[in-house]
Amino acid sequence: MEKYYTEEIPKTERIPRLVKHLFAKMPEIESARARLITESYKSTEGLPIILRRAKAFEHILRHLPIIIREEELIVGSTTIAPRGCQTYPEYSYKWLEEEFDTVEHRSADPFYISEQTKRELKEADAYWENKTTSELAENLMAPETRKAIAHNIFTPGNYFYNGVGHVTVQYEKVLAIGYEGIIAQAEDALAKCSPADADYCTRAPFLKALVISCKAAIEYAQRYGALAEKMAAECSDSKRKEELRQIAANCKRVPAKGAESFYEACQSFWFVQQLLQIESSGHSISPGRFDQYMYPYYKRDLDSGKITRQQAQELIDCIWVKLNDLNKCRDAASAEGFAGYSLFQNLIVGGQDKDGVDVTNDLSFMCITASKHVFLPQPSLSIRVWNKSPHALLLKAADLTRTGIGLPAYYNDEVIIPSLMSRGLTLEDAREYNIIGCVEPQKAGKTDGWHDAAFFNMCRPLELVFSNGYDKGERISIQTGRVEDMTTFEDFYDAYKKQMEYQISLLVNADNAIDTAHAARCPLPFLSSMVDDCIARGKSVQEGGAVYNFTGPQGFGIANMADSLYAVKKLVFDEKKVTLAEYKRALAMNYGQGFDQIGAAEIVTEIVKEMQKAGMTVSQEQIAEMVVQVMETKLPDQEKKRYEELLEMISQVPKYGNDDEEVDMFARDVAYTYTRPLLKYRNPRGGQFQAGLYPVSANVPLGAQTGATPDGRLAHTPVADGVSPSAGKDVHGPTAAANSVSRLDHGIASNGTLFNQKFHPTALSGERGLENFVALIQTYFDQKGSHMQFNVVDRETLLDAQAHPEKYAHLVVRVAGYSALFTTLSKSLQDDIIRRTEQGL
Amino acid sequence: MSFWETKGRIFDIQRYSIHDGEGIRTICFLKGCVLRCKWCCNPESQEYKIQEMMVAGKKKIIGQDVTVREVMEVVEKDRIYYRRSGGGLTLSGGESLCQPEFACGLLRAACETGINTAMESMGCAPYETIEKLLPYLDHYLLDIKHTNAKKHEAFTGRGNELMLENAKKIAASGQARLSIRVPVIPTFNDTPEEIRDIALFADGLPGVEDIYLLPYHRLGQDKYEGLGRTYELAEILPPAPEHMETLKQMVETSTGLRCHIGG
Repeated sequence: MEKYYTEEIPKTERIPRLVKHLFAKMPEIESARARLITESYKSTEGLPIILRRAKAFEHILRHLPIIIREEELIVGSTTIAPRGCQTYPEYSYKWLEEEFDTVEHRSADPFYISEQTKRELKEADAYWENKTTSELAENLMAPETRKAIAHNIFTPGNYFYNGVGHVTVQYEKVLAIGYEGIIAQAEDALAKCSPADADYCTRAPFLKALVISCKAAIEYAQRYGALAEKMAAECSDSKRKEELRQIAANCKRVPAKGAESFYEACQSFWFVQQLLQIESSGHSISPGRFDQYMYPYYKRDLDSGKITRQQAQELIDCIWVKLNDLNKCRDAASAEGFAGYSLFQNLIVGGQDKDGVDVTNDLSFMCITASKHVFLPQPSLSIRVWNKSPHALLLKAADLTRTGIGLPAYYNDEVIIPSLMSRGLTLEDAREYNIIGCVEPQKAGKTDGWHDAAFFNMCRPLELVFSNGYDKGERISIQTGRVEDMTTFEDFYDAYKKQMEYQISLLVNADNAIDTAHAARCPLPFLSSMVDDCIARGKSVQEGGAVYNFTGPQGFGIANMADSLYAVKKLVFDEKKVTLAEYKRALAMNYGQGFDQIGAAEIVTEIVKEMQKAGMTVSQEQIAEMVVQVMETKLPDQEKKRYEELLEMISQVPKYGNDDEEVDMFARDVAYTYTRPLLKYRNPRGGQFQAGLYPVSANVPLGAQTGATPDGRLAHTPVADGVSPSAGKDVHGPTAAANSVSRLDHGIASNGTLFNQKFHPTALSGERGLENFVALIQTYFDQKGSHMQFNVVDRETLLDAQAHPEKYAHLVVRVAGYSALFTTLSKSLQDDIIRRTEQGL
Repeated sequence: MSFWETKGRIFDIQRYSIHDGEGIRTICFLKGCVLRCKWCCNPESQEYKIQEMMVAGKKKIIGQDVTVREVMEVVEKDRIYYRRSGGGLTLSGGESLCQPEFACGLLRAACETGINTAMESMGCAPYETIEKLLPYLDHYLLDIKHTNAKKHEAFTGRGNELMLENAKKIAASGQARLSIRVPVIPTFNDTPEEIRDIALFADGLPGVEDIYLLPYHRLGQDKYEGLGRTYELAEILPPAPEHMETLKQMVETSTGLRCHIGG
């Protein structure tokens, strides 16, 4: 007999209808949570913060409006409007108030907000002045760190403005013993506390807070049970009436108690997933190894005949729809960086158990089928690949990739397991890893990884080398000497390394300030009830309660920096065709190519500041004139010609991504300038910093803040994405690009690397297309690549979608680490996706 | 001189080719051809001499003289992909048999270093030439364009007698797996009867199991302009997918061959 069922199970008619209901209108911002948390906080001011958090959570769950949507089998919605979102003023709120009138019409991830909601939020927000994590974090940062952030060297905006999220909890524990079981554990621990213990004053409130939070979760489910019962009584359709009765029965039992059926397990899973996202606004709350912890419930029901495969598939499909019901409104700049309404709920199938045995099962296949059925960006479906992965699973995954949904992402056990072990995980824990958010590996239920802790733009320190530590007329970094005086490539490269190290030290300060602020102002007792070893240690995840603690900020722009430094090495020092002084001026002049209006305005602002400093007055007309001048970059013909020559010379220098061993090994070394220095730093939770090499989609907006680079990249254009070669620079096809990328050290970037390839559907057509595609992935992994993902759409489709978004509401593309609806992305990001080399033509 | 130093003239090496032979392959395109097929999508392959072609507004030199060793350095880069996928080296052209020593050297180099070999060819050369390559060839992808010699000559510049004769000899040798490929060109050979005749011929060749119908496409059209030539088939549209299906079914009902659409 087969070890697992691999056939495609058809979708029921309910599923497309659920999707239709979900997308009936534009996402909306609601005010209930903000009002409730404010009410609660006002009444708990004297209490320890952990208890205030628990009581606020309880108050929210008691009063948050609830709704069961049409035809749902799995219930629990955070907002009345589908795909709506609540707000989280305890983290930050000012940006939203400032964007009240633009958030509905912005290009990336717009949200509707009513006038009444605006009023209610404003009223609630008034309480939070100087009480948020962001305000505390800012006060905790060193002045030079604030300067680096203001100058866009890196941006820790994600956790600065929001909750942390980025965690996978012990779903299996809730499924097995329910919150009543967890409450019993906490009460047991509390009974063992003595008031004379040194840590009694933090341990006891924490355990009490945990109990309050878990009880609140049970109570919330009971409210749904009562609502379902009421709706059943009023329902005239006998089939739906029966469904509602079943829903009521489920919600009365779980998540209070352990699940006794697959259906109960699904409902219990959902409450965990939803409630974590009511407690805090952190995204990337990742379900992790769903096919593993759900399997015992599925198997038992299937064997006893309680459920058919078709019924189980429908429930999984319903969960997939619900994962798209959760939403989050980010500030306009972050929305560009995380475009696509994405919550990055990463769910992974396949791989090994703690003993190193492959544990692919029926559900692994059914999860892939669910993504095909529902065809929406959430969950971020991932697949673990190793040398003993069943071929059928890889083909099934490739078949999903072929649909163009941008899912699944492929991860390599053979790199990730040793990489995690090098960070102190046990062999058993490392083998059970899952992925958080985009590409970040960790062990579920034991880790506070602080993955995604910042975007670090590796191009900016090179600008600081050329400017000797200045940016926009202001000294913001160490001085590494005038480039005109550098006589060897080593001098120049050393200056880059020094700028990197200094800015990385500031990045660490920024993250640690924010980390400290979260521990002080937003510890999360509900989340902590499902992460080891919080109960035993008597402290929340935010205070270091987890077994494994990391901070993982990601660097991006490796391809640009590798190509840039290599071009400088070749053209300036090896071949002596240009001088650094000449290069410096060429970069400042954007190679004579002019500037767009935004770029020009930025430069003019700088000049105007200088002029005003010198006591000059500048009129608006003069400024406008200067902007036009800068945009046109009027240069002497001779100089313009020289820059054209320079660009031509640069284009002849070999580029990363073309299987040229010398430049690829150089890129490997350049990546170390980011990954190595980080490793020596510690965070306030007692953990280590570790690097990731991926950009989410920040390479586009942050590229817009970056001047021209020595690789010929023009000012304010996107920088390269993840560890992928620069867009359009890899011209020898996917195997050459994969060979190049695999020459980086993926193991040291233990917070994940991201390699994006875009394929035309033709490259995957037929059975042979699939087989060869699987072989390509496996071979990249044979060479110790860590992650791979694909966009499979043709250029014409994308251009048409750009022109006629209404025709393509459901067009899913892989952006970077996650899938998003193409039409919700900003124009510049759409252009970037279109521009990426189309492999396999 | 070792065969590794044999020189030849190529116009491209394409990696990650997945539609010409088994698995992930590297195709080496040899320059020079005996035929002048009107639909040829690589017109720059036809002349042996090194040419200039306009590509996206820029002059590009077409043709490069290289040794077997130099080609194999590129082929070697994807060895690890061949191992996973069952791929290898494919020779294409032009007509590889126009440079017999070089083609033989490439196939031998691959064969002796454990890399699978395939060759796309019309078989348009004296059989003695072909015979020398066969020991190093795993898969012969032989083009048969028409069974009618006159029509063949009208569209390709030469009759088909030698090629059909060679097809029989290659099949009889049993030295390489033999598959038949048919470019399906409207107005030339796209009627069910014409395709059936080719399929029946292929079916009569011992050992042949697969026939590939390659639908005509116009991706090479711009290259004619780049070479300063006129493209004679500008008016012809690619065959409709339904028509290709009809042809496929016809082949499968009238022969015992497996019929594939596309490479």
